[in-house]
Amino acid sequence: MDRLSLLIVIPVLTIVVIGFMHDYKKVRLTAAIGAGIQLLQTIWLMFSYLGERRSGNTEEMLFGKDVVWYDHGILNIHYAVGVDGLSTALLLLTGIIVFAGVFASWEITNKTKEFFITLFLLATGVFGFFISIDLFTLFVFYEVAVIPMYLLIGIWGTGPKEYSAMKLTLMLMGASALLLVGILGIYFNSAPDGGELTFNFIQISNVVMDHGAQRFFFPLTFIGFGVLGALYPFHTWSPDGHASAPTAVSMLHAGVLMKLGGYGALRIAVMLMPEAASEMAWIFIILAVIGSVYGAYSAVAQKDLKYINAYSSVSHLALILFAALMFTQTAHTGAVLQMISHGLITALFFALIGMIYSRTHTRNIHEMGGLLKVMPVLGVSYLIAGFASLGLPGFSAFIAEMTIFVGAFENHDLFTRVSTVLVVSSIVITAVYILRAAGIMLMGTINNKEFELLPDARWYDKVAVFLLIAVIAGIGIFPNWLVEIIYTDLGPMFERMSSQIF
Amino acid sequence: MVTELFQYTIWIPVLVFLSFLIVGLSGDKLSNQAAGLISTSTISIGMVLSYYTAYEYFFVHGLVNGIYETFIPVNFEWLRFSETLSINMGMYIDGISVMMLVVVTTISTMVHIYSFGYMKGEVGFNRFYSFLSLFSFSMLGLVIATNIFQMYVFWELVGVSSFLLIGYYYFKPSAVAASKKAFIVTRFADFFFLVGILTLSYYTGTFDFIELTDPSGAAIGSFAGASFLGIGALTWALTLIFIGGAGKSAMFPLHIWLPDAMEGPTPVSALIHAATMVVAGVYLVARLFVMFVLGSPEALEIVMWVGAFSALFAALIAITQTDIKRVLAFSTMSQIGYMMLALGVSGYGGEEGLGFTASMFHLFTHAMFKALLFLGAGAIIHAVHSNEMTDMGNLRKYMPITHITFLVAALAISGIPVFSGFFSKDEILAAAYASNKMVFFIGWAVAGITAFYMFRLYYTIFWGEEREYTHTPHEAGKSMTYPLLFLAFMAAVSGFIPFNELVTADGLDFHAHFHWNIAIPSVAIAAIGIWVATIMYKNPSKTADEVSAKIPILYRWSHHKFYMDEVWMFLTHKIIFKLIAWPTAWFDKKVVDGSFDGIAWVTNKVSDKIKGLQSGQLQQYAATMVMGLLGFVLVLLYWMTK
Repeated sequence: MDRLSLLIVIPVLTIVVIGFMHDYKKVRLTAAIGAGIQLLQTIWLMFSYLGERRSGNTEEMLFGKDVVWYDHGILNIHYAVGVDGLSTALLLLTGIIVFAGVFASWEITNKTKEFFITLFLLATGVFGFFISIDLFTLFVFYEVAVIPMYLLIGIWGTGPKEYSAMKLTLMLMGASALLLVGILGIYFNSAPDGGELTFNFIQISNVVMDHGAQRFFFPLTFIGFGVLGALYPFHTWSPDGHASAPTAVSMLHAGVLMKLGGYGALRIAVMLMPEAASEMAWIFIILAVIGSVYGAYSAVAQKDLKYINAYSSVSHLALILFAALMFTQTAHTGAVLQMISHGLITALFFALIGMIYSRTHTRNIHEMGGLLKVMPVLGVSYLIAGFASLGLPGFSAFIAEMTIFVGAFENHDLFTRVSTVLVVSSIVITAVYILRAAGIMLMGTINNKEFELLPDARWYDKVAVFLLIAVIAGIGIFPNWLVEIIYTDLGPMFERMSSQIF
Repeated sequence: MVTELFQYTIWIPVLVFLSFLIVGLSGDKLSNQAAGLISTSTISIGMVLSYYTAYEYFFVHGLVNGIYETFIPVNFEWLRFSETLSINMGMYIDGISVMMLVVVTTISTMVHIYSFGYMKGEVGFNRFYSFLSLFSFSMLGLVIATNIFQMYVFWELVGVSSFLLIGYYYFKPSAVAASKKAFIVTRFADFFFLVGILTLSYYTGTFDFIELTDPSGAAIGSFAGASFLGIGALTWALTLIFIGGAGKSAMFPLHIWLPDAMEGPTPVSALIHAATMVVAGVYLVARLFVMFVLGSPEALEIVMWVGAFSALFAALIAITQTDIKRVLAFSTMSQIGYMMLALGVSGYGGEEGLGFTASMFHLFTHAMFKALLFLGAGAIIHAVHSNEMTDMGNLRKYMPITHITFLVAALAISGIPVFSGFFSKDEILAAAYASNKMVFFIGWAVAGITAFYMFRLYYTIFWGEEREYTHTPHEAGKSMTYPLLFLAFMAAVSGFIPFNELVTADGLDFHAHFHWNIAIPSVAIAAIGIWVATIMYKNPSKTADEVSAKIPILYRWSHHKFYMDEVWMFLTHKIIFKLIAWPTAWFDKKVVDGSFDGIAWVTNKVSDKIKGLQSGQLQQYAATMVMGLLGFVLVLLYWMTK
């Protein structure tokens, strides 16, 4: 068994083992162990990746494996896996968030077994997605990741959960349909000079796809992935979905799943069809600019913590799509950094919101106040998450945002200049909604006597929260190793792409 | 130049950062004593090291061939953006950064010591000290920045330390609101700063101060002819950066956060909102001064007018405030306006650069006497438990040390000879006189107003009528009076430091001669200010009320700070919340989301209607199939014949 496939096998095995458990305590312990092993695997993968690169291995995809899966008639589907710096970093992110997510769901007692099984199914899909280099396999894993959301929100959610689950699933399925057409379109144009068709996106990136086909399939693919990446105006599933989802699901969903959209939009839509992408970039740049500013303003007007964070995600994810369309290596590096950074920060936010909600039973900021005094650990962590989110130096978001802004500023036409400045302006509004929520909820006087007796973070809460904070600050203080991995590995892709458009 | 010298300076920020980590992470496990001692001793070591650095720089190694050189003892890559551009972290040792090291560590050490007494028994004593360390570290990182992005990084960090310290009493709604306001207003200004940095680096391809401020003008030259809306790109970049500086330095109209920031504990006001952080904007302009003066005189003119206007504007408000800390806050704004103005009127090279030197000189002396005023105010507030001047009176007999030190500071800020402020203010006015008579006149008038409001403050607190105190006020403890005495000494004598030989725009010293034509009228107007204040406030009298009753409109406008808070309130609440945020959220819920719900609803209805088709009747299926096939064939035929 090759080591990348192990990343899928471990969650599947965990599911199987959980299937034999009956006691909820044993179930969550198994889940924690499974997630722990998975986290160690991703860390180990990162170290081996660094080792390979240091020893001078410049192969684009490392630890690769390629098996024919279905090769009859016109279809040529492989199970092809391999990782480079981008995917290794995102796999590590997934490992961290799944691990933290298990601890954030420690208190789930309703159908614990089924919950963790579905959660690990989702994780399997995400891991599979990031290791795939065959578009078809990638699409299959994408679907594996999206479908469990319906159950997770519909069963373990809160509020109007059926409505939210249905809406989320329908919109994402609609996007999948576009995406499938896009992927098939890419496949059928993958060998313009004759020869065998392929789903392997590394191979495809070496050919120049037919211009007409690019123009037709780029928007389908970009929107298909964009919906998952909260592209305006297809973002509306996200606030309702997050508000209804249970804690760990919000964490995984905003933290990792939505990154599938950004990753696909950058790596597949933009990189494989650069001509069409640069031609149509202006449309999506406008949408991304709207998304970032509009999401931020919408967040200012919210009262519910989850809605605030969901709209904040819309705003911050728009930066990823924006950066993907800036066509500079620095901006693309920033896009990947933003995926990682936003993944960690938003997971931290949702974890904390879940913990606060389980104590106060409200997410309305106006019904809370002075919580910092009652639960200092959670309160301070929330403040840290807030500062990280508003791009304070020393935390990961600063690194990502600055890389995006500097990269975007390398373009010199007035249109990108103006859109960049507008996007930058969204960070001011971020400060407004973050401090507004923190000020009302954490500071001031305690306005509800019952809250005075609420307990602070338990040990399992601390595991989730401190792990995420440590990684966010770690990247923020020592950013260069990560930036280098991503920047260097984007190099060959970027060169191929720019040879087609410049 | 990159050098082996001065490598020990890296310990100054590093030690302070360690203190932040230790005190911050240990929480309540550390005793108050231990927390205070760790913070205080690290910053004290920093102060000693800074003094040693200053000695080495100014008197041993700094002068190379008659010019004060720049040294880069430490510089490493922190974040790489592309092959050519990266953010470095390092130490930049030159005249102004060494001077700032001295200012920051001195005031910070005094505040650390003072807070032992002032904050005694407060809940969150350790938190206070850890925040002080965080602030000191960030401020040190800012002043030693080797490149503009490093400065921006620490710029944001001082912003957040300021937020945390203003909101120290986080259970007080007014403190929470003030901290939020300070952060958001400065953040808003920083947005312009950031865009300015991006513009600057786009043209010059570097963030590095040495390259940017190369007087031979390579960096400035790279802007050649670039312009936007008819204004040169360099002017845009520098003006945007200056807006960032104006936000931090509370220049009009971004000053509104500063008076509210007085909600923080008084030692914090002394350290952050009087002596160090608020002068960061001045320091920023000074850092990029070569670019301003050689590349964009237009941008420098903006600096001058903003400075002059803010100086006058704030001084006028300070006259009518009754909260002792707010008087001092507006006075700070006014004095920073002086420093900006001085940079604005300055030229480059030799005595042309008098304004630059004067600005740095005033920054130094102001840090001393303003920190002293705030710490003195803190001692008074500690004694009478109120910020209001109306609750104070005749305190000189209860608090002799505070009284004398406060008087020294008041004389210094009023520019009375031999006290430090006299020398620095004289240089500023001389520079202004040489460059722009209008600005000189404003500066001269402000000198008079300053003397008046300072002595209004002084007389109302220490003279005037005796109030009913809940308990008899008494002099503060030693940990509080020693810093006062030290700073009083500095405020009295630091005017004799020969800045013109040490800190100049081009690193060359110049001979400063005394400007009698400036000194006499400026001392005269200060004396008049003091004299008027003496008449009105020394002895209990109704004169002040009578005067204000005669000019009710002026009084009201000044008292309400020219209604700037109301203007901003209108802009933020009415426009941003009511006209943008709420409608956006509504639009999202009803229109964008609504249309997707609409699609779902339509789909639902349609499926409802057509589900009858699935009737299970074979004939119907067959008929439909035939019809469909027919239609398909027809379309195909049409297509093929076309």
